[in-house]
Amino acid sequence: MAEFLINSVGLPEWLAWTVTALVAAVLILNVIAGGALVFIWAERKIAARIQDRLGPTRTGGRFGWLQSLADGLKLLSKEDLMPDGADGMLFRLAPYVSFCASFCAFIALPFAFDFIGCRLNVGVFFVVAVLGLEVFGVILAGYASASKWSLFGAMREAAQVVSYEVPLGMCVVVPVMLAGSMDMVTIAEKQAGWFPNWYLFHDPFTFVIFWVYITCAVASVNRAPFDLAEAESELVAGFHTEYSGLRWSYFFMAEYGSMFLVSALAAILFLGGWNGPIPVAKLLGLSEGTGDTAGYFVRLLGMFNLLGKATLGVLVMMWVRWTLPRLRIDQVMTTCLKYCTPIAAVMFAGVMLWQLFLPGGLSRGGLFGRPAGEVREGWLEGPGGRAASPGGTAAGPRVQQEAEGVAQVNP
Amino acid sequence: MIGLSLLAPCLLAPCLGLGLPLAAINWHSVLFLLFAVLACGFAVAVVLADNVVRMALYLVLSLGALAGLFFLAGADFVGAMQLMIYVGGTLVLLVFGVMLTAQAQFVSMKTAVGDRILATIVGAALLGVLLLAAFAVPEWRQPGAGIVPEPTATPLGLAMVGVRVDEPPLGAPEGRRAGYLLPFEIVSVHLLVVLVAAAYLARAKRRKTPRAIEVAASVEPPESVAEHAAIGRTAAAGGSQQDGTVVSGRSASVLVGGGS
Repeated sequence: MAEFLINSVGLPEWLAWTVTALVAAVLILNVIAGGALVFIWAERKIAARIQDRLGPTRTGGRFGWLQSLADGLKLLSKEDLMPDGADGMLFRLAPYVSFCASFCAFIALPFAFDFIGCRLNVGVFFVVAVLGLEVFGVILAGYASASKWSLFGAMREAAQVVSYEVPLGMCVVVPVMLAGSMDMVTIAEKQAGWFPNWYLFHDPFTFVIFWVYITCAVASVNRAPFDLAEAESELVAGFHTEYSGLRWSYFFMAEYGSMFLVSALAAILFLGGWNGPIPVAKLLGLSEGTGDTAGYFVRLLGMFNLLGKATLGVLVMMWVRWTLPRLRIDQVMTTCLKYCTPIAAVMFAGVMLWQLFLPGGLSRGGLFGRPAGEVREGWLEGPGGRAASPGGTAAGPRVQQEAEGVAQVNP
Repeated sequence: MIGLSLLAPCLLAPCLGLGLPLAAINWHSVLFLLFAVLACGFAVAVVLADNVVRMALYLVLSLGALAGLFFLAGADFVGAMQLMIYVGGTLVLLVFGVMLTAQAQFVSMKTAVGDRILATIVGAALLGVLLLAAFAVPEWRQPGAGIVPEPTATPLGLAMVGVRVDEPPLGAPEGRRAGYLLPFEIVSVHLLVVLVAAAYLARAKRRKTPRAIEVAASVEPPESVAEHAAIGRTAAAGGSQQDGTVVSGRSASVLVGGGS
């Protein structure tokens, strides 16, 4: 887009880059805010149906479509309270910290081929790293509120999120290993084609680890049955006990944003990203990589695919929330340390062995076979026309042999 | 809104950072200055603040601005690492800070004047050495030095498994260059040993008699004890990934008491 602005519109470069960044930022902001509006309404309706109620029925027609908007107006007009004993600066800052962390992770999230705020080479890593920062706002809120309930909630959340990052990281590493890249665009592209190409169906181990990922993701975004931080039957409202009005709603925007984000991450890592179950565009002979209108519409279709999968993930989280009872804190820790982590570790080892011994399984390359060679070849013959460097290795003969055999570079 | 306006540049940085080598160089300098000022300013604020949580907040902001600098230079892997390790690590630090110091609300820590003077001398001396060293390297004084126009994660990763694809430096002898597989493996095994040792040290001490365990388990731990037990276990998890043992309320409180 920046090139378009420079070449066709004739903006100076610095202005073009600024405008590009602003447009991306505003679009992402709208995904979070608009998504939160829709998801809050959906949560109310789903909760109501599961509990054999009707939910909102009046605001804005038969299904209560405008309920979230009405809620938003109410929150806007609510008085902004702060406890006397609170640490004012931290208390005011905390909701923004949470929200910014959630927002920041969206920057590296691809919505379709080329529909991405910033294509990072280490996208998965970045998203997981930034997502872990959301808890910082929660801790600040809990501490600054000068309330025992808030502090308890915050400490619980810290304990939970820090523990669950371990199995979550292990689950995320598996698709990275299969794709041979941490770039989310590459990971999704490797799963193109019919739905058996998705990493979910790659081998039995990835199928199991997907469910471990879902468990850890629910826990790391602090949703029931892992919502210890705001356990309303024990801690009033946990870390946001003292918050009201707009500040409170920032926490919820962050929460719904993170839910959407981990669902989208699951879709990209395991469910083929923007590739639908049936490669419609490919059957029609269209490609998403082209710059013309057809390519644009293919990418748009891909975006709807991804958004649909992510929304489905969020709906599943709501279903789980209103179905399962809340765990005790020791049960939460047991689930993480005694179940999720060992299962993830074993499955990780299983995927690794699968890749080693069945590298051709379902027509894909192995860990030490093609991907590393492909990556190296692509790197050496990159777009810049890089000359082949004297490729030497101090590694075992196997890696050297493979790399040389596949990439066919003269040492 | 202050927070938002402070953090907004941090958010946009990754967007802009990678595109920047193509764009005007002065834009790059502006962002560099911005992040540098943020990093230094918050670093000074860490020293001047007297509340442990505020210190942690400033530390996180300072380290985050540093990550922004890495992204700006095109080293996205190092930037993400910075976020993951330092900022995430500060989080755990913060939890301990709150847990171990919160005897009363918002304790403020006063530093003695003598300590301040000593710290100033040491800090200024270190800063002087670093500045001298930084300005002594002529390559670093060119404008735009250190900007990497292409992704760095792939060559880094390949070098870790022993395949070097990066350009050799000018004047380097011809021939094969060593990868980093062996050091990488040595460090990995070393870390693994540390993790296992930490888990061993932090494990729950089992009682000798089975009867005592039953009694301990049958006593329902009060709310706060369970709370501390969980945090204590996370403490172990933070240092050692997992400790893998279930501790009853009583032994957990012993564990936490011993730890603090």
